[in-house]
Formats: sequence, structure tokens, C-alpha cells
Amino acid sequence: MNWEVVIGLETHAQLRTKSKIFSGSSIAFGAEPNVQASAVDIALPGVLPVLNREAVVCAIKFGLAVGAQIAPRSIFARKNYFYPDLPKGYQISQFEIPVVLGGGLTIRVGAGDTATEKFVHLTRAHLEEDAGKSLHEDFHGRTGIDLNRAGTPLLEIVTEPEMRSSAEAVAYAKALHALVQWIGICDGNMQEGSFRCDANVSVRPLGQKEFGTRREIKNLNSFRFMQQAIDFEVQWQINEIEEGRAIHQATVLFDPDSGETRSMRSKEDAHDYRYFPDPDLLPLEITADWIAQVKSGLPELPQAMKARFEADYGLSPYDAAILTGSRGMAEYFTAAVDVCNQPKLVANWVINEVRRSMSEGASDQEGEPLASEVRDGLPGRDVIRIPAGKLAKLISRITDATISNAGAKKVFIELWTGPDQEVDEVIERMGLKQITDTGAIEALVDEVLAANQKSVEEYRAGKEKAFNALVGQAMKATRGKANPQQVTDLLKKKLGA
Amino acid sequence: MSDLINSSLRELSAALAAKKVSDVELATLFLDRVEKFNPALNAFITLDHEKTLAQARAADERLKVPKGTQSAGAGDPAISPLCGIPLAHKDIFCTKGWRTTCGSKILANFVSPYDANVVEKLAAAGMVTLGKLNMDEFAMGSSNETSYFGPVKNPWDVSCVPGGSSGGSAAAIAARLTPAATGTDTGGSIRQPAALCGLTGLKPTYGVVSRYGMIAFASSLDQGGPMAKSAEDCALLLSAMAGFDARDSTSLERPPEDYSRDLDQPLTGLRIGLPQEFFGAGMDADVRAAVETALAEYRKLGATTVEVRLPNSGLSVPAYYVIAPAEASSNLSRFDGVRYGHRAPEYADLAEMYSRTRAQGFGAEVKRRILIGAYVLSHGYYDAYYLQAQKIRRLIAADFVAAFKECDVIMGPTSPSVAFAFGAKSADPVQMYLSDIYTISTNLAGLPGMSLPCGFGNNDMPVGLQIIGNWFGEAKMLNVAHQYQKATDWHTRMPGGVK
Repeated sequence: MNWEVVIGLETHAQLRTKSKIFSGSSIAFGAEPNVQASAVDIALPGVLPVLNREAVVCAIKFGLAVGAQIAPRSIFARKNYFYPDLPKGYQISQFEIPVVLGGGLTIRVGAGDTATEKFVHLTRAHLEEDAGKSLHEDFHGRTGIDLNRAGTPLLEIVTEPEMRSSAEAVAYAKALHALVQWIGICDGNMQEGSFRCDANVSVRPLGQKEFGTRREIKNLNSFRFMQQAIDFEVQWQINEIEEGRAIHQATVLFDPDSGETRSMRSKEDAHDYRYFPDPDLLPLEITADWIAQVKSGLPELPQAMKARFEADYGLSPYDAAILTGSRGMAEYFTAAVDVCNQPKLVANWVINEVRRSMSEGASDQEGEPLASEVRDGLPGRDVIRIPAGKLAKLISRITDATISNAGAKKVFIELWTGPDQEVDEVIERMGLKQITDTGAIEALVDEVLAANQKSVEEYRAGKEKAFNALVGQAMKATRGKANPQQVTDLLKKKLGA
Repeated sequence: MSDLINSSLRELSAALAAKKVSDVELATLFLDRVEKFNPALNAFITLDHEKTLAQARAADERLKVPKGTQSAGAGDPAISPLCGIPLAHKDIFCTKGWRTTCGSKILANFVSPYDANVVEKLAAAGMVTLGKLNMDEFAMGSSNETSYFGPVKNPWDVSCVPGGSSGGSAAAIAARLTPAATGTDTGGSIRQPAALCGLTGLKPTYGVVSRYGMIAFASSLDQGGPMAKSAEDCALLLSAMAGFDARDSTSLERPPEDYSRDLDQPLTGLRIGLPQEFFGAGMDADVRAAVETALAEYRKLGATTVEVRLPNSGLSVPAYYVIAPAEASSNLSRFDGVRYGHRAPEYADLAEMYSRTRAQGFGAEVKRRILIGAYVLSHGYYDAYYLQAQKIRRLIAADFVAAFKECDVIMGPTSPSVAFAFGAKSADPVQMYLSDIYTISTNLAGLPGMSLPCGFGNNDMPVGLQIIGNWFGEAKMLNVAHQYQKATDWHTRMPGGVK
């Protein structure tokens, strides 16, 4: 039987606010346990939550960026359950009326010019607080509680069950990952848990209308794990059904070591969260003026920028997509084009040389360059080491024939290791300046022709390859410093072609 | 000295200013009375003489600075008339460095690391904390019988309850163990004990007094307020307690008010609304007689009475006993033994730690309300109970809006009966819940209400007259109460056993 995979994703994006969503505590990562936990965060008797305005601004930005409706009035609710790292015994979240409704993202599935586009609809996005952490190691059979993370603002972004493969799911997750960083609401740091996904996965016979029973894979914190987990889960579900067993709704965890998903709890253990509106918080009201004000501060969005690159610069959809893969990449590209006015050349250099050099410095688990981090220059990760202005200058040295393309690549590598150097100094020092003196080149060409009579004869006999060999010899004689076009022209002239 | 225990707060302030008595002497006077009478009354849970006297000494220092000037070093604000006056806090208010138990075993060992907004404000005014007052566990009760620290006795008759949940506050003031106290009122917990102990107490409009640091029972209903001997005292206290607090999202951003400003306005032309629903069969005859006499007094003072309708008030008790337990069941989840408070000494796993801790830490009434609350919020019952109750709440508020078109204040009994004997209602929760039948609707509507003594009923126990004001009508209510207290002396009566 042919099976169709159905995937919906729920993503928790940690918002880049200064303080927690309902208290003034810092949300910086990596502090000593419990030093960023105030009276409100540890839920002392009598304390009350106060909503962080900045978190709401992040939600509005997101809603605008995905073309969603921003609810004029949304409600914070309490989700009640007991857990040691949930200090109040309830999580404040949005349940019935979320702040962001609908909207969606365009994703690109596949590589190169064969990639296809798909629009993934969002169901909703809502604001909520994170829980603390339970630490099960180093406490001799007991559990330590770190409440630094408790109260960290999250935007939970929920898609419709519209993805049909792990590749689509990963493409969506990457697009969302890029977007939340693009609009500056999330640092996207997956290792630190700033961006984590849950995948609802089910399968159904191709052509069947009803969805199969889904299982939810929790806490996928890398794209590679997401792919592996979904692929494993899909195969597991298909095997179960084909062997005559039913799928039961469950929450599962992915074990990266075994590459398998494991059931954590079944639907029978599901909590009744007893949601109700939090009486400590007023309804969140967002006026049209507020939305307009946030909108005026939003950067150009990736889809719009991509279309502009295609229209104004004549870039291919594939190139434009790569260049708008992150805001940092896009800004870098734009800055370089502004200097040298060579969009296609800059595009080639950024897409090839820059990204290659970055991936040598740092990469995620898939070897994809962490291009999205270039703007932040976050510690421990690589950035584009050559300033955009210097790349532009280097490119203009190709177009004004000062250096060859091959020479420029050598300069690029040198600059990458020492970005403080000046382009022209490096060209000079490395002796890469092309010989433009026609007389000197002519003499060299004459020597080459004299020394390679065999090739000359072959060429005259109609062997095109022989001509290339002569060009190669001539370039070798100039130690690559001659302009290949000039050499070619001269050779042709001498050979009477 | 002994006349000081019956003095108004203004008289105490004047005595302090005139150096007839020092703050330390005043605090000591009350602490000595606590020592003498509290063992029989059980009004206080926690005392700390050292802290109290340190605060009194600090107040003495502040009063050395001439009134109306700034102190040289500390940059103190102009001195409040409350400076140096002792008061005690209901043990629901977090008080830095003091044990704050909320009347519960689960917090029996909890020393608060911070001050509630109300505590902060009264301390800033220079008031001296005498101690922490007994109360029904988590403010759930109308008789003070649910406290883990034992019941509070009514100073008018120690075989009777003082009312609740602010029973410790009421008993302590009635017995003159403190000139004033803080209380909280979720369904009548300031007004009912004030009535049963012959005192004046005021529950402000929801949002006027910050709830920050006030341990939550039912967040949408809880409101702190003053309890004292007179409306004049309550006005002074409320002026210091009220005000916007950014740490409470339900706190109202309004300019500060002097709640004493209208005390002396005559009552000529005042329209008093009398809801027929408050004068029905549920009220005892002795209470009715005292309330009728008070209304006659008001007519003498120039007021007119008009009958109004609150047709949905019969639904207030059932609606309240859905909403309040629902909120409480969630509010009390934080008492889990993980971070502070009682934790069961022995348990096999996490689930058992929770269940044992909470089984040991909470009393029967608290458990009952947590169960009711969890039930009405659970899947499949939410719409039928919680949502329905919220709709009733709107209807009740709408009733008041209509009624206030015809009157300036509403009056009626505070409680259907005078103080009852211990055990009389504790076996029957519904009977106990009906003690608050006249007070609950104001909480559901967010309205201000107060109770003031208006005579004595059966067994010479005090009767309370309830005044319900319009939203933000505190100054008006206080004016109405104060004019009555100028014409009568019920509020000056003191129980015989504590003289």
C-alpha cells in the first residue's frame, strides 16, 4: 500500500526580551542555578504576574511577518498540572483566544533549481511562559530544580497538519527558524533550547481523507534529529499498521543515540489541565495603533526581498532564496552590491566562497553553514569574517581586470584569515596583479608559440583542444598574472584565427 | 493610659505628637494586653516583641522631626498621622522576616522574605506591627474554626465564633489588643467578622488595594481592607493602604484619594437603597430589629430610603462557591512541598510527596474547596459550572448598576445572625456558606462594602449594618457610616471581659 505522511509542527521560540514574561528577572542563558529566579518566578505565596510588553511586541512582529490576524483581545489562561519545575502548579499560557491567528510561511523543498515551493498555513501562535529545569544528575538519587528558565517568554507556533514528508517538515522548521531571527524575536540557538519543535506525525493510506492517529514527538532540537525522528516514526507507524496493530495516541521522545522514538506517555495518562482564564492578568488588548507602530519598525521580510532580488538583480529564484536565507546573509549581500554594483558577481561569491568558508568555520549537524548567525556574531559561532565592503572591493578588482578570478580566490582566502588586511595590499603582496602591458604579453605569447610548434600544428589541423593547451602554456608562462582574455585574443590573432 | 485603648487613631496620633505617650509606650501597652488576653482569645498567631519595639523606636525617631518638615538625613516624607500607631496584620499578608502562615499547617514554618504592598505602605506611613493575626485557613471560613492554629474566640462571648475569615483581626480590635488591623474580604471576610465583633470594616472596590503579597484565595474576588473601631479610623487607614501598584495587574491606576475628605458631609438628601432580597426570611429577628432601628436613625439624619431590587442575588452563593473554589484550587497548587512550607517527612516518589504533603498540610475545608474547584474546572464540567457562574456574575453586577440608578448607597444586614456558638455550623458547610449570603454579591460585582455596628441582638451580641457603595464609592460609604457614628455610640462599646 502507498502511505501518505501527515505532519504538523508546534515550535517553541524563546523570545529575545530582556526579562521574563511575567517578572523582571533576566533570561540570559548559562547563569548559576536559581540566581535568575525572583519571588515571582519561584511562586512565593502572594506574588503576582505582570505581563512584559516586549513579549507582546515580539508576538505582534511575528503575526505581521506571517500575514496572520493579530487578536485585538486575547486571554491568558492557566494550565494546571503538578511538576517540581513548574513553581506555581500551573503554566500561564494562551488557550482559547491566542494572540496570533492564521497566517503562514512559504517553504522551499529540495535543492537547486528543481526545488519546489509550498505554503504552510499556521493555525495560531500564542504567548506562554517556560518551565524551569529538573536536574536528575549529580544529586545522588534526588532531583535538583533550577528555576532560572521558569518564566522565560515563549511563542508557541502551531501549523496546520500540512506537511507530507520529513523534508517538508525540516524545510518549514528552517524557514521558521530563519524568519524568527530575521525579525529579531528569537536568537534561534537550538543547542540552548531557544528554538525547539514538537512534531505531530501520522500516516494514512494515500487518498484517504481522514487523518490517521497521531503521535507527538517532543523536543526536537536539531534539524537532523527532526528528520531522523520523523523518518523513524513514519516507518514504525507503517509497520505497526501493516502488521495489523492500531496506532494509539501518545507522546514520544526521540533518542538520538538509538535513532528511535520511544513512547513517553499514552493518551490514557493525559492530564486534564483544567484551563481557565488567569484572574491575575487582564485580557491582552492590542490596538490597531500599536500594530501600526510595530509594523513601521519591521525590516523588509525575506519573501519580499527575494522577489526584489529576482526582479531588480535578475537573480535565479534559487540564488535569491539562498541569499535571503537569513537576514545577516541578505544584509551582507546588499551591502556588497551597494559598493560594487555587481549583483550577480556578488551573489556568486557569497553563495560559493563565503558560504564555503563559513561552513569550514562552523556548521550545524548537517554541515549547513550557520549563515543565520552572521548578524549576531554570537560567541562560539562563526561569522562572515570579511566585511562586505572588502568583498565588494575584491570583486571590483576582478571587473577592472586588476586580478583574475583565480587570483581573487587566493586573495579571498587570505582575507578570510586576516580580515584586517586591505584588498589592494594583499594583491600587491601576493603578486597577483595581472600583466596588462600588451608588449610584454605579446613577447611571452611568441615564446610559447615557438616552444609549442606541435600544438600550433594540431590547432591548424582543426584541433580546438590544442588551442586551450596553448592558452594554458601562456598563462603558465605569465604565472597566472596575465589576463586570460587578453592572452586568448593575442593567440588568436597570432594564429590568424 | 487606659483611655488610649479606646482612642481613635487621630486621638492616638495627637497623643503621640503631644508626647503624652511615646511610640514604645503605646506599643508596649498593646503588647501587654495581648499577653494578658490573647491566651483566652487566640487572636494572634505570631508575636515578635523585638521587631515590634524596634519599629516603635524607629517611629519615635521619626516623630522627633517637627511635623511638616523633612528629616535631615533619611529623606522621610511628611509624617503620616498613622506614624507610630500600632496595628496587626492578618496572617495572609506577607511580612518580611515574620512568619506568614495563612492559618495553615502547610505554611506553618514559612518566614516571608518580602513585604506585601499593604504591609509596605502601612510601614512607610510609620505604623508599628504588633504581630500576625489568626484567620481561617487560607481565608476559607466564616467562623475562624478552620485555622490550623485553633479557633479565635469572640471577645463578647468566648463560647461564640468571631466570624471569619478575618476573625483574628476582629477579635483583636474588639478586645482592644490593637487599635486597628488589616483584613481581607473574598466573600465577606472583613465585613462579617466586623459585624460579629461590633467593629467597623471596609472592603474596597476590587483593584483599589494591591493584592501583591496578599496570599491568594480567589484572585478575582480578594480585596484587602482596613478593620478598626470606627469609620473615621478606617478612612485614615484606607488612605494609606490604597493606591496603584505596578506589581498587581488588577490594581487600578487612579489618582490617590483622601478617603477622609467627605466624612463630615451631612446626609441630607442621601438615598438609601433597600434590596427586598436582603430583608427576606433568612434574617434573624434580632438582626432585623437592629437594622430597622439604624435605618430609622438614618432617616432622622436626613436620608430617604427606597426599595430596590437585586433579583439575581439569590444566585450569588452558588456562583461564588463555583468561582472561588475554582480559583483557589489553582492558587493553592504552589503549596507542593517543593520550595517552601511543609513537606511530608516520608514519601516513596514524587506523586506521594505531593499527595502526602498536601494531605498533611491542608485542613478539611481547604481540601473540600480544592476538590470543588478542580471538579468545576475539569473537562466536561467547565461550561456547566464555571462558565455559567461567570455569566451569573455579570447578571449580579448588572443588578447593582440598575439599583444604583435609584440610590446612593445600599443598606442591609451584614450577616443573617449574630455570632453563633462554636460547632453550631461547622458540621454543615452549606449553613456556614449562607453566613455570607448578604456579603458575597458585592465581591462578585467588585463593589465596595462595609459593616458598622448598629446595636445588639440575642445574648447581647453585636449586630452589623452593611453599607454597599457604588464602584469607587468608598469616601461616600465612609461619610455615611461616620455620620451615623457621630449620632450613635455602638462603635464605642467594648466587651466586658477584656476591660
